[in-house]
Amino acid sequence: MALSVMAALLGASLAFGQHEKPVAHNSKAGALVYAELAKAPDKARAKRNPMENDPDAVAAGQNLFEQHCSECHGNAGYGTQKAPSLRAEEVQSAAPGSIFWVLTNGVVRRGMPVWSKLPEPQRWQLVTFIKSLGVAPKTPEKKPD
Amino acid sequence: MFEKGYRTKLVLFELVDNQLQEEKLTLQTHVLFSAAWLLAALAFFPHSSRAQESPYIVTYDHYLEEPGNLEVEYFSTFGTQRGGNDFHSFWTEFEYGATAWWTTELYLDGQTTFHDSTVFTGLRFENRIRPLKHEHFINPVLYLEYERKNGADKILKEVEGHDVESDFLVPNAEARKEHINELEFKLIFSSTVRGWNFAENIIASKNLSNQPWEFGYALGASHPLALKASARRCSFCRENFIAGVEMYGGLGDRYSFGLNNTSHYVAPVVTWNLPSGWTLRLSPGFGLNGNSHAFLLRWGVSREITGFGSAVSRLFKGRS
Repeated sequence: MALSVMAALLGASLAFGQHEKPVAHNSKAGALVYAELAKAPDKARAKRNPMENDPDAVAAGQNLFEQHCSECHGNAGYGTQKAPSLRAEEVQSAAPGSIFWVLTNGVVRRGMPVWSKLPEPQRWQLVTFIKSLGVAPKTPEKKPD
Repeated sequence: MFEKGYRTKLVLFELVDNQLQEEKLTLQTHVLFSAAWLLAALAFFPHSSRAQESPYIVTYDHYLEEPGNLEVEYFSTFGTQRGGNDFHSFWTEFEYGATAWWTTELYLDGQTTFHDSTVFTGLRFENRIRPLKHEHFINPVLYLEYERKNGADKILKEVEGHDVESDFLVPNAEARKEHINELEFKLIFSSTVRGWNFAENIIASKNLSNQPWEFGYALGASHPLALKASARRCSFCRENFIAGVEMYGGLGDRYSFGLNNTSHYVAPVVTWNLPSGWTLRLSPGFGLNGNSHAFLLRWGVSREITGFGSAVSRLFKGRS
């Protein structure tokens, strides 16, 4: 009996994981993730990036990005089926403090884990790298098949 | 490739099944078995990312596995035993991030008691759920585990109730006849402040065969050796190392709550997160009273496999 419950829960965890809708190709879900940036409290938004003028911050941030973020956001931050683009206007025009706040808190109900396990300076290095990506040129949307 | 991998996994599952039938294993079989799991994981799911794992071996913090990732872990504990034979216990752990707020884990446990035998001691199925959406000063996580083990279990993954050193004096052949079905609940609290992590776990467990509730605790504190990341990728950079200490022990049971006849340990811990995706942990533990094992040496190796969920999805749906 207990083993059956275990097996059912294990199956459910796998199935549940698969059930999460990809956000990058679903503009509504992507917009919900971007909307989190606007939810950053004023105090968090107003925070200055202490790594802004650090000459190594972009390179260090890129390393961290490749290790922790590129799996979902893609190597160049253009987004994948799992997570939206970080080169979108919504991200690039957001205050560094807002990006830092989203990194720290995650968007756990939409699949983005919390990254407060990375020490603060590393999260700011990531923010510096993300801001250095710039806005991607707009391409015509692919029509659904 | 997946078909080949599937067949290999079937063979491995058969091995587990044999163990579930409580066949005695030799030490060599145990080592081969553990290595096979890790190698299978690496061979068929080669994509890995650098994990930022906590150094704790017993204590849990509030960080869950990233969604869709599988972490394969092997842990080992060498323990001294007064009045009996020293032992080496081990477990293999499969930790899967079902969502960003739910992590599920399967454990396979075993032990070797020197001058006695090597036995498979059971399995555990664990779930951790993060109830709050955002980070707070104190972050709670709910933990629920089902354990199906036998009396020869010596992994000391948690210490609870009146667990004491003398419990391990029973020879394996006799101890493994006792079958234990147990539910375990933990309330995990964890905070991260200025690079420091502080974690507190409150444990309550119930043996389903009409035994009283037992209680225990685990506490941990840790800090990376450097807070800033280096501009270049490196294995020996200070930010790849996290050091800390954990303390854990039993708090008696429902009828005799307290420190009387309980065991307690303190253990410095260090973890090394390699850029290649491997994580190594080391922790020498020391018993704090006469009921505790005088010395426990624990170590673990793990590797995070990214995109495991997607790979499983492709396997069953036949598309990416």
